[in-house]
Order: sequence, then C-alpha cells, then structure tokens
Amino acid sequence: MSLSRADRQLITLLRGCALLAAVIVLLILLFLVKESWPVLQHVALTRFVSDASWHPVDGLYKLTPMLSATLYSTLGAVFLAAPLGIASALFSRYYAPPFLAGCYRRLIELLAGIPSVVYGFWGLITLAPLIGRLHPPGVSLLAGILVLTLMILPTVALTADAALAAVPIAYLRGAAALGLSRWGLISGVALPAARSGIIAGIMLAAGRAIGETMAVLMVAGNVVQQPLGLFDSVRTLTSNIALEMAYATGEHRAALFVSGVALMSTVLVVVGTAELLSREPHHD
Amino acid sequence: MTKNTLATGLIWLAAILVSGVFFWLLSDILIHGLPHLSWSFLVEAPRNAGRSGGIGSIIVSTVLILAVAMVTAAPLSLATAVLLSEFTRYDSVFGRLVRSSLDVLAGVPSIVFGLFGNAFFCIYLDLGFSILSGGLTLACMVLPILIRTAEEGLQATPNDYRLAAAALGMSRSAALVHLLLTTATPALVAGLMLGIGRAVAETAALIFTSGYVDRMPDSLFDSGRALSVHIYDLSMNVAGGDTNAYSSALVLIILLLIINSIAMNLAKQWLHRSVVTV
Repeated sequence: MSLSRADRQLITLLRGCALLAAVIVLLILLFLVKESWPVLQHVALTRFVSDASWHPVDGLYKLTPMLSATLYSTLGAVFLAAPLGIASALFSRYYAPPFLAGCYRRLIELLAGIPSVVYGFWGLITLAPLIGRLHPPGVSLLAGILVLTLMILPTVALTADAALAAVPIAYLRGAAALGLSRWGLISGVALPAARSGIIAGIMLAAGRAIGETMAVLMVAGNVVQQPLGLFDSVRTLTSNIALEMAYATGEHRAALFVSGVALMSTVLVVVGTAELLSREPHHD
Repeated sequence: MTKNTLATGLIWLAAILVSGVFFWLLSDILIHGLPHLSWSFLVEAPRNAGRSGGIGSIIVSTVLILAVAMVTAAPLSLATAVLLSEFTRYDSVFGRLVRSSLDVLAGVPSIVFGLFGNAFFCIYLDLGFSILSGGLTLACMVLPILIRTAEEGLQATPNDYRLAAAALGMSRSAALVHLLLTTATPALVAGLMLGIGRAVAETAALIFTSGYVDRMPDSLFDSGRALSVHIYDLSMNVAGGDTNAYSSALVLIILLLIINSIAMNLAKQWLHRSVVTV
C-alpha cells in the first residue's frame, strides 16, 4: 500500500521513538560496564571468589557469602512457593466451588499487587521477632526465605493457573470418561499437559526472587557471612548493593557495579530460559 | 481412593494457609495503621525524622516522581506500540529486535535500574539526587509494561476499522488518531494505571536516584522521598518510627488497590465492549 507524505513522516517519528525504547537496554549495559571498568581492568574475575573477605576499601572483593545468600534464599523460596503456588492454582481450578474460586483468585491477585517494601516491613515487625523467639536474632535467612516465598507465590499461582486453563478440555473429558478420580485426572492428565507452562512460571518466580531487594534487605539481617544454618543473618547480592551504594566511592563503587552486572546476567539467563520454555509449542 | 482424599486435604490446607497468611498480613497493617490515619496525617509535614507529623511532603514527592515517569514513558511507549502493532510486520527484523530488547528490559531487577539511574541520570547527566532522576529511572522501568499493554490494546481493535478507513481513503495517520487510538483508549488507560501501580510500589530503584530528603520539594531538581522509601527508612533507620511506618504502608496499599481496581475494571469493560461491537 502506498503511503501519504504525512504517513511517512509519522512512521519516521515512530521509528525514532521505538529505537530509543530499544536502546535503553544497551544504555543500561553500557553504563554498568563503564562503571565497573575500574575494577574489571586490574582485578581478575576469580578474585571475587578467591579473596579472603569482602573488604572492598582494602581491595578485597570476596563475593561468595553474598552469592550463597542469594542462592540459598532463592532456592528456599522456590522450594516453598512452587508446591504452594501449584496447589493454589489447582484449588481455584479444580477443587473450590465457583464462588470461592473467584474470591481466592482475587486474593492471589491482591497478594501480587502488594509492594515489596510492605512485605519487608511486615516481615521485620511481625515475622522476624517470632523467629527470634525460636532462635535469636530472628532477622535471618529463614525470615528472608519466608518473605520471598510470599512474594513469589502469586507469580507461580497465576502462571500455573493460566497453564492449567490452556489444557484442552477434550483431555479432561477423556480422562473423566475413563473414570479417573479427581486426583488421578490432575496428576495423570492436567499437570503433565500444563508442565512447560508451570515450569516457566517457576523460573520466572526464581528470577524475581534473585532480583528482589527490599524485602530481603529488611528481614535477612545483612551480616556478611557464609550462611551455615537457617537462623544465620545473611546479606544477599542485592542487599549489598542497596546498603553500600550510599557511601561507596572509587573501586568499591565499581565492585558494586560488578555485582550488578552479575545479578543482571543471572536474572536474564533465568528469565530467558523461562521465556523459551513458555514458547515451546505444547498442545495440538 | 485414599490418595485422592489425601490430595484433596492437602490442597485445601495449602489454600487455607495462603489465605490465612494473607489475612494475617493485612489485618496486622490495618490494626496498627488505621488508628493513626487521619486527614492531618496525609497533609502534615513529617517531623522528628518521620516519627511524628504526617506524610504531606512525601505524598507530593511521590506524585511528582510518578508524573515525571509517566509524562516521559507514556508518549514514548505509545509511539513504540503504534509502530509495532500498526506499521511493522510481526516477523520483521526491526520489530523482533525492539520486542526482544523490551523483553530483556522487563527482566532487569529493580536494584540494577537504581545503579543505572545513579550512574546515568544523577552523575553522567548531572541531575544529582533529584525527583527528575528518580522519575526518569522509573520511566525506563515501566516502559515494557506500558508498551506491551498498549500493543495488546491496539491489536485487539477490530480489523474492520482499518479496512473501512482505507476504503474511505483515510490516511493511515488519520485512521490511527480518529479510529484506532480512540477505540483503544480504555486499554491504554488501563495499561497506564498498571504502570503507575508498578512505579508506586518501587523502592530499590529510587533510593539512589531520587534520594531520602523528606522536605517539601521546591522544584524537580530537588531530592524527594517517595512513600515506599519513607516506609523503608522509618522501619530500618529510625527507632520508634513504626507507628508512622504502619500508617504509610496502609496508605500505600490503599493507593495501589484503587489504582489496580481502576485498571482491571477498565480492561474488563473494554474487553466486553470490543466483543459486542465486532
């Protein structure tokens, strides 16, 4: 179709805007690398693992305590949120009476809308003292895991619900016609059919957990140490950035940007895998 | 049969557990936050590092940060969405490039946006810790949501409209302005609301861009403390700030509930209408 001159001008303008929107990611990457360059230039990447401790002012850059804190809190949260989230989706789709199912879905959506700082605040005021009564100090890896679980549960539940909704009705009717019990239908037909969508949702949730800052920052205690138990205070990669950016200068600041680059690449790999999984064609 | 009963029991248990924790959280914030919530709390300036007084200047800063973010992000995302949905083939190289770049942007953690905003807006562009820096950082953050919702809204407008406009000899831009954008308006507003909701909830990206200062801002170049940063600061750095933190958290939740329900209602209404007109 031929375009008028006004149309062509409009398209040029729109292209400019779209290009600008697309370039932001590159800009972010460029500035992260630019800011971390002072450290990357003369500090080998292995030193972020092999140094004696995290004392960036003295040129010691061991990031492993933070890396393990992030890893453990994410794994713990996914371990708890995945079964609860899938159970939530199954509840509203196959178990609850219609009215209750609607209410429950609303509730999960509300839960998804609560800001992370509120979760963190509630965890700090309510949850951490309770854990502290069990085993001081209370602000701990466990508190971080529990708050993260609450935060990513809606993601798992809503994506699992969507995946279950996409299971062709013929499958379910066929299973019912074979006389399968409700659980037989779910475990034998619905869950396997929705598997790739559910796994993608869990990966997405894991990505959120890795990148989450505020909630963990407020409840995990923020002591730089290799976590040995659930009741230890830990500092995640994200909390470390949030805490030290306020006063970091020079190479210290650059080291924080390095951890930012590490964070971004990890999250992108996880979210990218989720994206690939969800694109996989599953039903005919 | 026993397996079936066991599964039913466990799934009900999980649902009861999740709802229980949710009501615990909500009632906790309501019980502690509601008694202190009043008109004067909303308009007064914070005193004594926020322990007493209200959140007047903080609400003003929050609104200004949101305004900067939306004024920047809305036109940019609308233009991008229009290009992607109306003027680009779905499988074109340019379209695919823009789309995947936005997918990546959507996955970037908020603290990384904070780092970027600090390095780019505060230092490189020399805006310092200011409402402008914070707002622009949030604009980058909400861009993917705004573009995706606007694109979905435009794609859901009936194709008959485009064909009819072409048959009448309308130019593409005229069809866009008079037909497509007008029809898609509720969807666009719903997307905008979702973006505002996401921006209001954000904390980590703002700490190192718009800063901590709780005074009433004089201009966009002043540092201003957003509501979420206020909650963080009161609970972590100010001993005895819990009462006001509870009330601020309640204000934030109520604000988000209002924004989200407007977005959802608009989207539902529009979905219903577009089904009827086709």
